[in-house]
Amino acid sequence: MATISLWLLRRCRASGVLTYKTNNVRRCSQFSSSYQLSTATVGEKQAFDVDQAASLVKDLRNNFHSGKTKSYEWRVVQLQRIMRMLEENQKKIVEALYKDLAKPEPESFFWEISITNASCKLILEQLKGWMMPEKVQTNSATMSLSSAEIVSEPLGVVLVISPWNFPLLLSLDPVIGAIAAGNTVVVKPSEISSATSSVLSNLLEEYVDNSAIRVVEGSVAETSALLEQKWDKIFFTGGERVGRIVMAAAAKHLTPVVLELGGKCPAIVDSNVDLQVAARRITAGKWACNNGQICIGVDYIITTKEFAPKLIEALRNELEACFGKDPMESKDRSRIVNSSHFKRLANLMDEDKVSDKIVLGGQRDESQLQIAPTILLNVPEDSLIMQEEIFGPLLPILTVENLEDSIEVINRKPKPLAAYLFSDDEQLKTKFVQNVSAGGMTINDTRRHVFVSGLPFGGVGKSGMGSYHGKFSFDIFCHKKAVLYRSFAGDDKMSYPPYHTYKG
Amino acid sequence: MESEEMKKPVFDQEAGSLLVKELRANFAAGKTRSYDWRVAQLKGMIKMMEDHEPEILTALRDDLSKPELESSIYEIALLKNSCVLALKELKQWMMPEKAKTSLTTFPSSAETVSEPLGVVLIISAWNFPFLLSLDPVVGAIAAGNAIVLKPSEIAPATSSLLVRLVGQYLDSSCIRVVEGAVPETSALLDQKWDKILYTGNGRIGRIVMAAAAKHLTPVVLELGGKCPVIVDSGINLRVTARRIIMGKWGCNNGQACISPDYIITTKDYTPKLVDALKHELEQFYGKNPLESKDLSRIVNSNHFARLSKLLDDDKVSGKIVHGGARDKTNLKIAPTILLDVPRDSLIMNEEIFGPLLPIITVDKVEDSFNVINSSGTKPLAAYLFSNNKKLKEQFVVTVSAGGLVVNDTAVHLAVHSLPFGGVGESGMGAYHGKFSFDTFSHKKAVLYRSFAGDAPLRYPPYTSKKIRLMKAFLGGSIVGIIRALLG
Repeated sequence: MATISLWLLRRCRASGVLTYKTNNVRRCSQFSSSYQLSTATVGEKQAFDVDQAASLVKDLRNNFHSGKTKSYEWRVVQLQRIMRMLEENQKKIVEALYKDLAKPEPESFFWEISITNASCKLILEQLKGWMMPEKVQTNSATMSLSSAEIVSEPLGVVLVISPWNFPLLLSLDPVIGAIAAGNTVVVKPSEISSATSSVLSNLLEEYVDNSAIRVVEGSVAETSALLEQKWDKIFFTGGERVGRIVMAAAAKHLTPVVLELGGKCPAIVDSNVDLQVAARRITAGKWACNNGQICIGVDYIITTKEFAPKLIEALRNELEACFGKDPMESKDRSRIVNSSHFKRLANLMDEDKVSDKIVLGGQRDESQLQIAPTILLNVPEDSLIMQEEIFGPLLPILTVENLEDSIEVINRKPKPLAAYLFSDDEQLKTKFVQNVSAGGMTINDTRRHVFVSGLPFGGVGKSGMGSYHGKFSFDIFCHKKAVLYRSFAGDDKMSYPPYHTYKG
Repeated sequence: MESEEMKKPVFDQEAGSLLVKELRANFAAGKTRSYDWRVAQLKGMIKMMEDHEPEILTALRDDLSKPELESSIYEIALLKNSCVLALKELKQWMMPEKAKTSLTTFPSSAETVSEPLGVVLIISAWNFPFLLSLDPVVGAIAAGNAIVLKPSEIAPATSSLLVRLVGQYLDSSCIRVVEGAVPETSALLDQKWDKILYTGNGRIGRIVMAAAAKHLTPVVLELGGKCPVIVDSGINLRVTARRIIMGKWGCNNGQACISPDYIITTKDYTPKLVDALKHELEQFYGKNPLESKDLSRIVNSNHFARLSKLLDDDKVSGKIVHGGARDKTNLKIAPTILLDVPRDSLIMNEEIFGPLLPIITVDKVEDSFNVINSSGTKPLAAYLFSNNKKLKEQFVVTVSAGGLVVNDTAVHLAVHSLPFGGVGESGMGAYHGKFSFDTFSHKKAVLYRSFAGDAPLRYPPYTSKKIRLMKAFLGGSIVGIIRALLG
């Protein structure tokens, strides 16, 4: 079980600002002019409370108003430093991710490091263009002597709260967007992935401008202290329950939010597919991706009664090809993050209605926090496993008479973050795209839509609001300010009072 | 009749729940999704305005004593333009937007599909009760949603006219009006909506967002704030004075979210500006503006009392340089200009929303920016009158507001290509033009892949060879990595 350690570490840098962590040990080397915290002896605990949070926000707001984060150069330097940080610390990052999640090295490289790197790179290539005001047309005769544009300006001081499953990517990717848009930012990584949280905190402190970018480590108390403050935007990735709490807190200050939540992402599988490739892609989308602990992973499958046996067989083969005869021995799957989630998943499998529906897998090892890739066939729709987001290596398969009926099955549930269809039938593809509402969808693969930087990544309904990736990351952290320039000429006397000559 | 009144159903939780359930079923049946349905509603709205303009003008006169020209332009014509634009552009707006794909997902094609959110709630304000009710409805219809509209009870004639006209001209199975005040609005806010668009003030805005949070409903909040006008010297003073007057008193008598709230100018320039304003005010509204038919009244006695209080504040009552006359019976206050009111006076700390115009003076015009930014809240709009290029640039860079206009006031809301919305305390989200369509749509990402182009390198088992290959390209471009992944 990942331990939650509470530290308070106070370190001041010459550039003058602090990273807050809660720690049992408190060290202090230099004081910055902006902080006058009292010294304390080693061993004294100090929680990151509301006052400290207020002080932090005030500090960042002052630094924002100084204008430093608005310059193109500043933004570029921060992004370059983040890229260098990733490059120079790959081993450290991979080790932390392994510690938190037993995440296989290639997954860490691809999903956490290289995607973050690619985000930075894209922004560096495009930022100058994005920062330019967007000229727009004015309309009608009365506007003939005018020009208009939309100016992208930073919002100010923003908060990013990230989850434990892709703790590096889902902390840094939003932060990168916030920086690109010229904001100051506080990031609160998840305490459940504490090793990565700690590494991230140390690395950011070392590499980026601490007067504008900070990490606050901690859990409920610290998050609550942060949520009481007035932010100019809050970007939250996580579960629905906490999403509501974040939005309710934001409402007090009229703070706009982006909520990247989850849901039960379905995959419909038709019979007219290249079964091996489909099975492989589903396997990759489920078990080779943080062992099912991913918001856009395949949560459940729907296929026809007829096709189910073939699909299960194909999945069996692919699972063996990927993880060997005994998947519990394979080093190529993340573990379940902690025993709380392990118990939750075990509960889903052990429910009476469900425990006899296992057709593959089912093995568990609590000491290793590992559950084998498990497929269940025809679990009842009212079972627990079909009511909550699974977020683990269990894959229910539901069957229908006609594949078109799948759409209704999906639409009975809240809108998911992603939905998938494997089919060669153009009509079915059209019907799927038109009738299934989800954050995003991929046809004939899983998760890949999130790699297209020109596509927005975000949810709808219970799966969230707002989106990011690519230019959307820049846009979401900007205010799009309308600007109209008029000349003094072309003044229309007709529209001035007195109106009593107006006949309508 | 008494017995009928007693039997009048209260719109409560249950009624709210039933209404949403019904609309959700009709939405799910697909009615609102077709291009034809959307076009029919928009055409219906135009026809409604054409057939009933006199009644609309009458209702606005009853509610606000709004001058006919203002009603015709700001309420009816603007709404008509919205409908006409939507009709013209809708086909284009409804098309999926192609997105470029890269080697990462090769071979593939990608697009963003605009789909309706579902059942949306629009809560509108009393000051432009016709426009601010139906303009968001235009966007919601264009995007293919089912809609409930809750007009403001403070403009009851317009509210009840909307019930009748919407019922007559639009599809009642998918578009409804619910009249009422706090209980009815609360009953509506308890329901799960797919979006809420609220126009009004920050206090209620917070309540709306908190209610929306329970259901994870996204919101657009069109709020207000104190919209400042900076007036430089070296400008066309006559046109400036006229444009300020039109944005202030010519716009529902200052009761508009984008009306100039206060002016900042240099001590030197103030006398000229005040004289110009006085002169133009007399041109527009005569020597006795309380008699003019070209000014809306104050909406009700609550607001009249509120505005009176602002004027009667000790710190301020001696600062009136023009106007100040009031007529409580007819709910009229004359165009009033105040000079150099203290920054900590009431009138400088709440949105005025009325015919009072304070002028704050500074030494240098550049000092204006500090005045605006030190207020701590971002307004819905900010204005600058200047011919100085550098000052204009500084203004655009330094002042954060929903929208800015240089050398005019208020008119940016008529430019469809500009998003209309606030920032910070003045709101979140935007609409008008295509932004209306977008704000009521979900932009769904869709990627189409083929079964070809599958790379074994991507999949476990992660042999050391695979890892080496991956690492070899990691430091380079993503293209290099993906080339390796494609095998």
